[in-house]
Amino acid sequence: MSSSFLLRRVGYGLVLMLGVVVLNFLLIRLAPGDPATVIAGEMGGATEEMLESIREEYGLNKPLIVQLGIYVGNVLRGNMGESFFFNQPVASLIAQRIGPTILLVITAQILSILIGVFLGVIAARKPNGVMSGFVSVFATIGYAVPVFWTGIMLIILFASVFPFFPAEGMQSVRLRGADVFTKTLDIAHHLVLPAFTLAIIYLAQYARLSRASMLEVLGSDYIRTARAKGAAEKTVLFKHALRNAALPILTVAGLQFGNLISGALLVETVFNWPGMGRLAFDSILRRDYPTIMGVLFFASAMVVIANILTDISYRWADPRLRGKS
Amino acid sequence: MTDTPDYKAESPTLEAWRMFRRNVPALAGVVILTFIVLATLYGTFFYSGDPYNVVWAPHEPPGVTPEFPLGTDYLGRDLVAGLLTGGGPTLAVGAAAAAITMVIGITLGSLAGFYGGWVDNLLMRITEFFQVLPALLFAMVLVTLFSPSLWTIAFAIGVVSWPQTARLTRAEFLKIKELEYVTAARAIGARNKRIIWKVILPNAMPPLIVSATLTIGIAILFEAGLSFLGLGDPNVMSWGLMIGANRDYILDAWWPVTFPGLAIFLTVFAVSLIGDGLNDAFNPKLRER
Repeated sequence: MSSSFLLRRVGYGLVLMLGVVVLNFLLIRLAPGDPATVIAGEMGGATEEMLESIREEYGLNKPLIVQLGIYVGNVLRGNMGESFFFNQPVASLIAQRIGPTILLVITAQILSILIGVFLGVIAARKPNGVMSGFVSVFATIGYAVPVFWTGIMLIILFASVFPFFPAEGMQSVRLRGADVFTKTLDIAHHLVLPAFTLAIIYLAQYARLSRASMLEVLGSDYIRTARAKGAAEKTVLFKHALRNAALPILTVAGLQFGNLISGALLVETVFNWPGMGRLAFDSILRRDYPTIMGVLFFASAMVVIANILTDISYRWADPRLRGKS
Repeated sequence: MTDTPDYKAESPTLEAWRMFRRNVPALAGVVILTFIVLATLYGTFFYSGDPYNVVWAPHEPPGVTPEFPLGTDYLGRDLVAGLLTGGGPTLAVGAAAAAITMVIGITLGSLAGFYGGWVDNLLMRITEFFQVLPALLFAMVLVTLFSPSLWTIAFAIGVVSWPQTARLTRAEFLKIKELEYVTAARAIGARNKRIIWKVILPNAMPPLIVSATLTIGIAILFEAGLSFLGLGDPNVMSWGLMIGANRDYILDAWWPVTFPGLAIFLTVFAVSLIGDGLNDAFNPKLRER
C-alpha cells in the first residue's frame, strides 16, 4: 500500500472532521436564543457570572469569524468545553464513555457480518431453496423492526420470561472486587442482549447482500474451473467464491458504520449501556450542549476512521486496486 | 378486422404494473398499508375513545375487558385508542420526511451528475460530509436545538437522509446523460434545464421510486426512534412515544410496548414489500436474485 494514498486519505478525514467542528459551531449559533445560555444549558439555570465566563471563553462579544477561530482553536487543543451538568471537561467525559460504545458497536458488527455472510453463502447454494426464502423474509423483517423495540422484546423474553441474561448495565455491582477474568465474563454476559439487538438488523442485510453477491460470483468461469478440478464444495464456496464476493460486503460494512452508531444510541438507551449514546441522550434531555457537540464530534470521528479502515481493507482484499490511487 | 397480431408496444409503466400485479408479497404489502392508513385516518369514527384519557385501571391485560380489547397502559389509558391516533403523526412525518429527502437528494444528485466537473466535486464532498454524521444523533441535535414539532422532525429526518438519494440520482444521471436520446435532445437545441427535468429525470425515475419507498420506511423508523427517546412533539400521541412512555414497566406488562411496536413493524414491513415489488417490476432481470 502506498503511503501517499494513506496520507491523502487521513488528510481528507481531518478535513471532514474540521467540517464537523464548523458545523457544531454553526448549530450553536443558529439555535434560537443567546448562545451563552445555549452553551450553559437551558435547564442548568446558569448564573450571570457563569454566562459572563462563557462569553469570555468563547469570545461571544467578538465578530463571528473570530469566534469561529477561537472555537476551532479550542477543539484543536483538545478543549471541547465544559459540561455544566457534570462539572467536568467534555473530553474526559467522553473518554470514559467511548470504550463501552466501541465494544458494543464492534461486537455487533462482527456478529452481523459473520452470521449474515454465513447465512447468505448457505442460501446462495440453492437460489430457490428453503434457506434462500428464509434469508429474504428475514432480511425484510430485519429491515422493518425498530431496533429499540427488538431490544425491549429481547429483554422481556430473555431477561424476564427466561432470565438468562441481565437486562441492563455493563457490569454487576456485586463483582466490584472480582478478578479480571470474572469481570470480563461478566461484561460479556451483559453484552449478549444489546449486541444481538444491534446485530439483527445488519445481519439480515449482510445475509441478503452476500447471497446476491455469491450468486453472481458462482456463475463465473473460475468457479466452474475450481469445480472441474475437483475442489470440495466447501472449498469452492468459502475459498474461491466468497473471496471474490467479499468486496461488496466490505463496501456496505464501511457505509453501514454510521448507521450502526445511530442504532447503538438507541440500544444503549434501552439497555442502560454506559456508552456515548446513553451520554448523548442524557445530555440532550438536559440540554447540555457542549457534551452533545462533543459526542457528535467523536461519533463522526469514529465513522471517519471506519471509512479509512474500509478503504485500506478494500485495497488489501482487491490487489488490482493497490497500484492505483 | 383482420387476424394480424397486434404488435403495439406496451408502455414500460404498464409493463411494470403488470409485473407488480402478479407479485403476491407486494400486493400483500399494499393491502396491509391501505388497512393501516385507513385505520389511522378513519378508525376513530368507528372506535370512539380518547387516547389521552385515563379510562380504566392501569395495566389491564388484553382480552379481559371487552371495552378495551388490547388492554390499558401504565396510566390506565386505552391502547386501541392510542394505536389509532398514534399512527397519524408517524405516517405523516414519514411521508413528509421522505418527500424532503427526495427533493434535496434529487436536486443535488442531478446537478452533480449532469454538470460534472467542479459542481460534481463540490456537491459530492458535501454529500460525503453529511454521510460522516451519525444520522440519528444529528437528527436528535437538530430537533432539540429547533424545538420539536412534526415539521422540525420531518425536516431533521430529511436533512440527515438525503445523501443516499443524491448518490443514486447522480449515478443514474451519469449513466443516462451518455445515451443517444440525450444527444438527440441536445441536437434539437434543448436547454440544460429541459434536458435535466424533461429528458433525463423521467428516465431515472424507476430506481428513484423504489428508493423513495424505502426512504419512507426508514423515515418512519426514524420518527419512531425519536419519539421513543421522548424527542418527538410531546403533545402528539405517536407509536414511538407509546413505547417510550411504557418502557419502564415492561417487566410488569408486555402489551403496552408490544402492540405499538408491532404497528410500526407492520407499516415498515408493508412499505418494504411494496418497495421490493416495485424493484422487481422495474428490473425484471433481477427477479432471479
